[in-house]
Amino acid sequence: MVETRAPERATNRGPGRLLIAVYILFAIAATSRAGLQIATKFDEAPVAYLLSALAALIYIVAAVGLARAGHAGRRVALACCSVELVGVLAVGVLSIADPELFPDETVWSDFGSGYGYIPLVLPALGLLWLYRTRRAPA
Amino acid sequence: MNDTASMTSAAAAGSPVDGFLPTIAIVLSLAVAVWALVAAVRQQPPDRIQFAGLAVVEVALLALTVVALVALGGGDRPGEPGAFFGYLVTLVCLPPLAWVLARMEPTRWGSAIVCAICLVTPVVVVRLQQTWEVVGG
Repeated sequence: MVETRAPERATNRGPGRLLIAVYILFAIAATSRAGLQIATKFDEAPVAYLLSALAALIYIVAAVGLARAGHAGRRVALACCSVELVGVLAVGVLSIADPELFPDETVWSDFGSGYGYIPLVLPALGLLWLYRTRRAPA
Repeated sequence: MNDTASMTSAAAAGSPVDGFLPTIAIVLSLAVAVWALVAAVRQQPPDRIQFAGLAVVEVALLALTVVALVALGGGDRPGEPGAFFGYLVTLVCLPPLAWVLARMEPTRWGSAIVCAICLVTPVVVVRLQQTWEVVGG
């Protein structure tokens, strides 16, 4: 096997493990919340609840991508963090511009203010971490 | 009949997840978080005190769970049952999660993980209390 690509640093060590821990927490929080909302009162705000479910799925996949740490894992994590960042910004702007659109809170409403703005910071930290680990340490 | 029911709930003094036990869990968890933060800042891996602290927090949370289950067995019901059980299950999983991840990461970042999860635990305890109280309030 000839490795032509420059080797990358593992994303699942050191600060990466902290990042994975926070992603796991958000995966649990978003999954259980979305599951409960969809199971008990889906009709009240289907868009908001489906969005919560989507966010939950992205947190899970991002955590797995970072934990897998290989080249494929990095690409998965990169895609998830990017979608997350766009999602939290878009939903944040929309939920303030037109509150009617999201009658019930989602993880990403008001830029994640219900979760201490961590949903806004997390994808940025994820992208920063992927950038910092793009090369193996010399 | 209604009078008896209201007397019973008044005698039970409201929520089983209020009072001494959850307060102890919150204080212990925050203490472990501060200790772990100091360790992380000083570049120290998780030490015995952090692991012992996680164990003590877990014991407090399990005791809280037993108290809640006993209250449920006695006929008390939380305001939002689904959310209540969701938070309860999540809560007792948090210290073990911190333990496992800290074992995997014997660096300063292990201490940072313990700190982060011990900061989240009190929030979940408070949310748990809120999901019990919706109806009673």
